[in-house]
Amino acid sequence: MPTVLTQTVPDARGRFGPYGGRYVPETLMFAIEQLTDAYESAKHDPAFQAEFTRLLNEYVGRPSRLYFAERLTKEAGGARIFLKREDLNHTGAHKINNAIGQALLTKRMGKKRIIAETGAGQHGVASATAAALLGYPCCVYMGSEDVRRQELNVFKMRAMGTEVIPVESGSKTLRDAVNEAMREWMATVETTHYIIGSVIGPHPFPMMVRDFQAVIGEETKQQSLEQIGRLPDVVVACVGGGSNAAGMFYPFVNDKSVELVGVEAGGRNNKYGEHAATISQGKPGVLHGTFSYVLQDDDGQTAPVHSISAGLDYPGVGPEHSYWKDQGRVRYTSVNDAESLEGFRVCCRMEGIIPALETAHGIVETMRIAAARKKTDVVVLCFSGRGDKDCAEVARLVQG
Amino acid sequence: MNLVDTLFTRLRAEGRKAFMPFLTAGDPDVGTTARLFSQVAAAGADLIELGFPFSDPIADGPVIQASYTRALNNGFKIANLFAAIRSVTSLPNFTTPIVGMVSYSLIHRRGAEAFVSTAKDSGLSGLIVPDLVADEADHFAALCRKSDMKLILLVTPTTTPERAAKIVKLCSGFVYCVSVVGITGERDKLPAELTQQLARLRTMSDLPLCVGFGVSRPEHVRHLKDIADGVIVGSALIKKLEQGGTQAVIDSVRELSAALR
Ligand SMILES: Cc1ncc(COP(=O)(O)O)c(C=O)c1O
Repeated sequence: MPTVLTQTVPDARGRFGPYGGRYVPETLMFAIEQLTDAYESAKHDPAFQAEFTRLLNEYVGRPSRLYFAERLTKEAGGARIFLKREDLNHTGAHKINNAIGQALLTKRMGKKRIIAETGAGQHGVASATAAALLGYPCCVYMGSEDVRRQELNVFKMRAMGTEVIPVESGSKTLRDAVNEAMREWMATVETTHYIIGSVIGPHPFPMMVRDFQAVIGEETKQQSLEQIGRLPDVVVACVGGGSNAAGMFYPFVNDKSVELVGVEAGGRNNKYGEHAATISQGKPGVLHGTFSYVLQDDDGQTAPVHSISAGLDYPGVGPEHSYWKDQGRVRYTSVNDAESLEGFRVCCRMEGIIPALETAHGIVETMRIAAARKKTDVVVLCFSGRGDKDCAEVARLVQG
Repeated sequence: MNLVDTLFTRLRAEGRKAFMPFLTAGDPDVGTTARLFSQVAAAGADLIELGFPFSDPIADGPVIQASYTRALNNGFKIANLFAAIRSVTSLPNFTTPIVGMVSYSLIHRRGAEAFVSTAKDSGLSGLIVPDLVADEADHFAALCRKSDMKLILLVTPTTTPERAAKIVKLCSGFVYCVSVVGITGERDKLPAELTQQLARLRTMSDLPLCVGFGVSRPEHVRHLKDIADGVIVGSALIKKLEQGGTQAVIDSVRELSAALR
């Protein structure tokens, strides 16, 4: 069972303050209402929660470790740095927590098939894994640019029996994969569940994905108390759609002594189209069924985005992050492509841990924060994933 | 009186049904679209549904999305479109209602109130907002009502009767009845349940019922003539434009609208 929920958002209409809601075609409302009911009942069903927890523990390998990164701490030269090791989960990232939760809901709703979108391929692999585990056919939509960047994950998905469908429209990345998956869902809504991979999309997805990921923050809290005898001073996470960050932050939201920091993709520079720093540089608007910060032009057309990391290459962000931003509860900042490559290198060299490029953005900010703080302070980074998937791309960039 | 009401009052009196082509604004450019308004009206269009290109249209199929992408790649801007619409709707003998199909993202960026008033000034008679469901539409519906701008909402095969009741209450002008589960695009056959769906809606509302999504052939149109008040044809025409230019669209409008007579 999740620990006591520390916040009362969203409301019944899926609003986090002004953000969230449901901006979807009428065709989807049937499935969305069905999903809302199914999730509401599952949330309060001890048998469902027990099955979820059992799979997280026995199959995913939870709880993940909270690890004191001693050499990274020395390198930064300030506060102690701890890593919440989501990279040690089965499939190598936090994405599996949500995929297992939603696959169990698919079963509960009696649907016959799973579809998903993916950027870095981590959520695609997680969905393919959950589908194989529970015996569902699965289709994953992936921008063709990402298919190229994330060859290894494409192979893994196919190996587990998932059909990977390259998306050629628009920018050929995550955002187009979401469009395509939503469309496919509209056409097959009666029999198919769409496992959205982050805290985005129409209500109830942002709330539900957050809840499935909240195990990260809950464990971190408990481990901090056990290992350091108190809560951390700062908690850092990278933000693409925002699921690892939401899962990490949510249980800490009411702990006012804990500073929360979200790290977005600064891309090549901060010009329009060259980054994916949605909260830092965007404005409230509508994308993929939710009202939240978004990168767009003056007409409301979604901006092109860029990040070295496929999982952060997204022009929107979860509505709860927009709410936290406006409330001043979470500070959002960005780290650019070149800096994240340096973060990747330092983490490999200092800790013997190869991070995902998404995570590498968090490493950079974590080291900056640690450097500016006293030695008794504690900074925890949500170490969202491992970097196997990025090795080929990093090699290409470093050599090229 | 709003042109949409004028149209359906007249058609009802004459015992006729409306033919409603969908055009993508700015495909291939706004000037061509503006010229098409009068051309399709002359060829038998009773009402024009005008798609505002959007970068991330989740309700639209590949044909319409590709047309949006073409328009955006050609530098489509909403301000230019409004000016072009105005240049046609202000002609004294142009009385064909034009209804904009606009994603909420575009409306929100401009500000809902400003969008409705600019749309009104340009001569648009109504708006269809495919991603604004009735649950979220109260405020926007009130704005439209104040400006005598029709707000056309969609009912789909997956819409429950309770939802349909709420939708038709908020809806004005006509009800957009989506014939199939899924996105826009051509279909071989229209589903059999459509007849029952329309019959059920008739018991809830006096608004005209117009059917779209998947309608592409004269036999579809003939089939709908007896059960609907209007038919909307989209992807089939966009494809004609792509393959044969404006003349192919005009010919197709003539052929399809004739099937209604
Ligand atoms: C390792 C890793 N971290 C972070 C992300 C970003 O997603 P989110 O912001 O939803 O956690 C991804 C997405 O693919 C990922 O694979």
